[in-house]
Amino acid sequence: MSADGFASTGGGAGASGADGATTNRYLREGFHAARWQEPVIMEQGSPGERGVLPPPLEPGIRAAVGDPAALIPSELARKEPPALPEVAQPQVLRHYLRLSQMTMGTDVNIDLGLGTCTMKYSPKVNEFLARSPKMADIHPWQPPKTVQGILEIAHRFGRMCCEISGLDAVSFQPASGAQGIFTNASIIRAYHEANGEGAQRDEIVTTIFSHPADSATPAVLGYKLIVLYPDETGYPNLEQLRAALSERTAGLLITNPEDTGLYNPHIQEFTDAVHAVGGLCSYDQANLNGIMGVARAKEAGFDLCHFNLHKTFSSPHGSMGPGCGAVMVRADLRRFLPRPLVERRDDGGYFLDDDLPHSIGKVRSFLGNLQVVLRSYAWVMSLGAEGLRRVSETAVINNRYLMKRLRAEVPGLDLPYSPDAGRLDEARFSWGRLHDETGIGTEDVERRILDYGVNNYFSSHEPFVVPEPFTPEPTESYSRADLDEYTEIIRRVAEEAYADPHVVATAPHKSSAPRMDESPLHEIDKVVTTWRVWKRLGLQSPGVSADG
Amino acid sequence: MTAPDPAHPYMPNSAPAVRAEMLAAVGAADAEELYRDIPAHLRLGRPLDLPEALPSELALRRHVTSLLDRNLSSEDAPSFLGGGCWHHYVPVVCDEIVGRGEFLTAYGGLWYSDHGKNQAYFEFQSLLGELLDMDAVGLTTYDWSAATSSALLMASRLTGRGRVLVPRTLSPDKGAQLQNFARSAVEIVEVGMETGTGLLDLADLRSKLTADTACVYFENPGFLGILETRGAEIVGLAHDRGALCVVGVDPISLGVLAPPSAYGADIVTGEVQPLGVHMQYGGGLGGFVATRHDPGWLAEIPSLLTSIIRTEDGTGLGYGWANWVETSWVKREESRDFTGTTTGLWTIAAAVYLSLMGPQGMRELGETIVAKAAYAARLLDAIAGVRAPALTAPVFKEFVVDFTGTGTTVAEVNEALLERGLIGGWDLSEDFPELGESALFCVTEMHTQDDLDRLAAAVAEVTR
Repeated sequence: MSADGFASTGGGAGASGADGATTNRYLREGFHAARWQEPVIMEQGSPGERGVLPPPLEPGIRAAVGDPAALIPSELARKEPPALPEVAQPQVLRHYLRLSQMTMGTDVNIDLGLGTCTMKYSPKVNEFLARSPKMADIHPWQPPKTVQGILEIAHRFGRMCCEISGLDAVSFQPASGAQGIFTNASIIRAYHEANGEGAQRDEIVTTIFSHPADSATPAVLGYKLIVLYPDETGYPNLEQLRAALSERTAGLLITNPEDTGLYNPHIQEFTDAVHAVGGLCSYDQANLNGIMGVARAKEAGFDLCHFNLHKTFSSPHGSMGPGCGAVMVRADLRRFLPRPLVERRDDGGYFLDDDLPHSIGKVRSFLGNLQVVLRSYAWVMSLGAEGLRRVSETAVINNRYLMKRLRAEVPGLDLPYSPDAGRLDEARFSWGRLHDETGIGTEDVERRILDYGVNNYFSSHEPFVVPEPFTPEPTESYSRADLDEYTEIIRRVAEEAYADPHVVATAPHKSSAPRMDESPLHEIDKVVTTWRVWKRLGLQSPGVSADG
Repeated sequence: MTAPDPAHPYMPNSAPAVRAEMLAAVGAADAEELYRDIPAHLRLGRPLDLPEALPSELALRRHVTSLLDRNLSSEDAPSFLGGGCWHHYVPVVCDEIVGRGEFLTAYGGLWYSDHGKNQAYFEFQSLLGELLDMDAVGLTTYDWSAATSSALLMASRLTGRGRVLVPRTLSPDKGAQLQNFARSAVEIVEVGMETGTGLLDLADLRSKLTADTACVYFENPGFLGILETRGAEIVGLAHDRGALCVVGVDPISLGVLAPPSAYGADIVTGEVQPLGVHMQYGGGLGGFVATRHDPGWLAEIPSLLTSIIRTEDGTGLGYGWANWVETSWVKREESRDFTGTTTGLWTIAAAVYLSLMGPQGMRELGETIVAKAAYAARLLDAIAGVRAPALTAPVFKEFVVDFTGTGTTVAEVNEALLERGLIGGWDLSEDFPELGESALFCVTEMHTQDDLDRLAAAVAEVTR
């Protein structure tokens, strides 16, 4: 061990790695996650304890209206109080702080393993701004003249999104990437309905390496999906696409670069082919982070696209939301966007344009998650055009660097499809060889890396087309030392798989929770979603199995 | 392109020397070479046209603050707007917890890396289960409208029927969202409002309850603020025809109001924003779905479910995603609903809120709100030509105020209120013309008696 507590397994601090000569082999051998063994809140506190007191009713109001309980119609009065815990404030705070400490947010780890999720730094100044009462405590129905600040931010950021995509009109109403894709599928439906072809055009084409929402959300609207698989290059070829297209085609929903990190260079031929049969092309820009200021939706021939503001544009992921799937469309599709839209008057004021008779209506109440838009606006303002391009270049450089080191140094790891083509923001590797040679698969590796102080990684969306997949995405937020450390972790675990597979197979050993019996998660009749059911089944005591 | 100098603080490898070394390490002569696989005609070939950057944190902060200063917050001017996003008090501990970087910046980490997050999810489900008196609760979805849309489709799948009945008094936003989401899958039929009371028109309900009706949906309190006092009767009518009953609820009311399970609801939906989440111009919303503890029903909940499990040695507890294979991430084109990045942070906020409030806090808060709303309505109703509540059914925190008798439009009233530093209720005259010049007013614990007295005095003055 070195003096600072890190184990050094060779090389020297600060040495460059990708040339394979000397490397910075620091591993956090002594790491152990917080393991508070915290009981559920339902079992804490004592009768009569209080966590916070609501404001009392003024005597004047009480005198005027009488006993408040008498204002509740008897048939609707609650008979039994809810069995919520009664816990004082310090204990509630301590409990949830302990739970936070047992959570691997991006703020506390080298979180580059979650490919497609674009785990980057969420600047604290943006959080500070979003928490201002001028953002936090405004109501979405306030008269526009009382919310000119947020409307101006939304309008300015909308123009930025249009410039980055090359498209013409924008809505921030969708609250996630999936809702953004759903919105674009809804616009495609409305477009064909307006042309009298709604019933005829009942098919949507997508690819297996596009996000599952590109299949799922059109299916919810009743579309039949045609899903293209890659050829040996890693993406489908034009002949496959042409075979899928017909007068029934409503549109194409596709990611590019796909989740392999490969940019399909024939994308414009794809959009041309779809347009030739009368369909629309919607670009799922989940993997935008490597190409901002480089390649846009417009030049590739797309009619619609969406950005994940909680990914590419730095708004925090929030333990699964809130997010924003900003939707941009061509000018002639503006009339189908969710209403209302933020617009600017000639006098410089901002207003909500609700005069959209062809709109798909609403996809989210009010205007969506504007606090996410605020953070994204501040992020782009911090960077500007040159900075944004620099973000993408740095993300690609980081990915290439990590790839080069992983491919050169990690046993059992392969890069399927076009190994000589340059990946952009991310790469999909395969542990297939490791699995064949050691029995250790991607889920084992994913669990074991936790023991070295990083979050689990993203393998792949299902189905696993690439065997034993592993999809890191080292965004611009990670330093060379971070990339080196991550490489060392992956290499160490792969080496362990060959030398001592048991230690990997039984991982994690040093995480916040010990190994669990996960079998109930895979059987819906074993699922218990509330403590009240757990108690009723008599399961709260140790040693009683869920089989009863 | 030339490197910005100095390096940008969000990007360690933008330091010019590091960048040069990294480019060399990956064998690229320059940045342009990174993009050689993108055909030249698809590349932009010019810098993006964006405003000049403000890389200094202070400059950025001043710029954004100067924009935000043009907003009038509910702290600046008492607001009487509600209708699906409400100004309730957010305890500071809620803000503290959702501001923790570990929660704020976590995402899809599984149970070993994010054990604490998953426990908080489970606690949310458990706490809400107690408040609702329901056994199965899912993680929060996008908003109440999304939760309701999903619940109505869920009822359709569970019954194998294709028609859903919803009240005429649904929030216009919710109606529009439901229409776009569900019209391919089900027929959406409106049930009228009973004139005078604002309750569901039971005669109209009976006439529309057919053998193909999957469910009846109503809310308590409804969009127009009224309490549906005939819930048990509506549920009975639905069940008699083999239909389910889905009830939407404002959870802040449940310290004093009976949960929908008490009158037989099969599925309950609602909005968590009142439970410890700031309004954020509507960005604080998160919907929920709760139902019975039955595998067939659990499998139909589209949002993620957290299940409690045991450690392998049987001595400890763990928490994990239970219905992964039932979600759209796995079902892809077989999906009949979808989920995604929803509102996990508000799941955690609501858990903290209910832990702090406890049963006593929820009861006291409910009593305070119902009393303040009643007080405000009485003051307004005493003004010549003003009727409040204009609908006669009991109310909780929102109520319709009818200005028709004053000869003043809602728009005029609200404009005059704003000049006096008050933000009036939501103008209903466009969406509910049958109510005349009416507005939906919302009163919560945030309003002091002085605020309410000011409101009444201002309304009296501007309608004189």
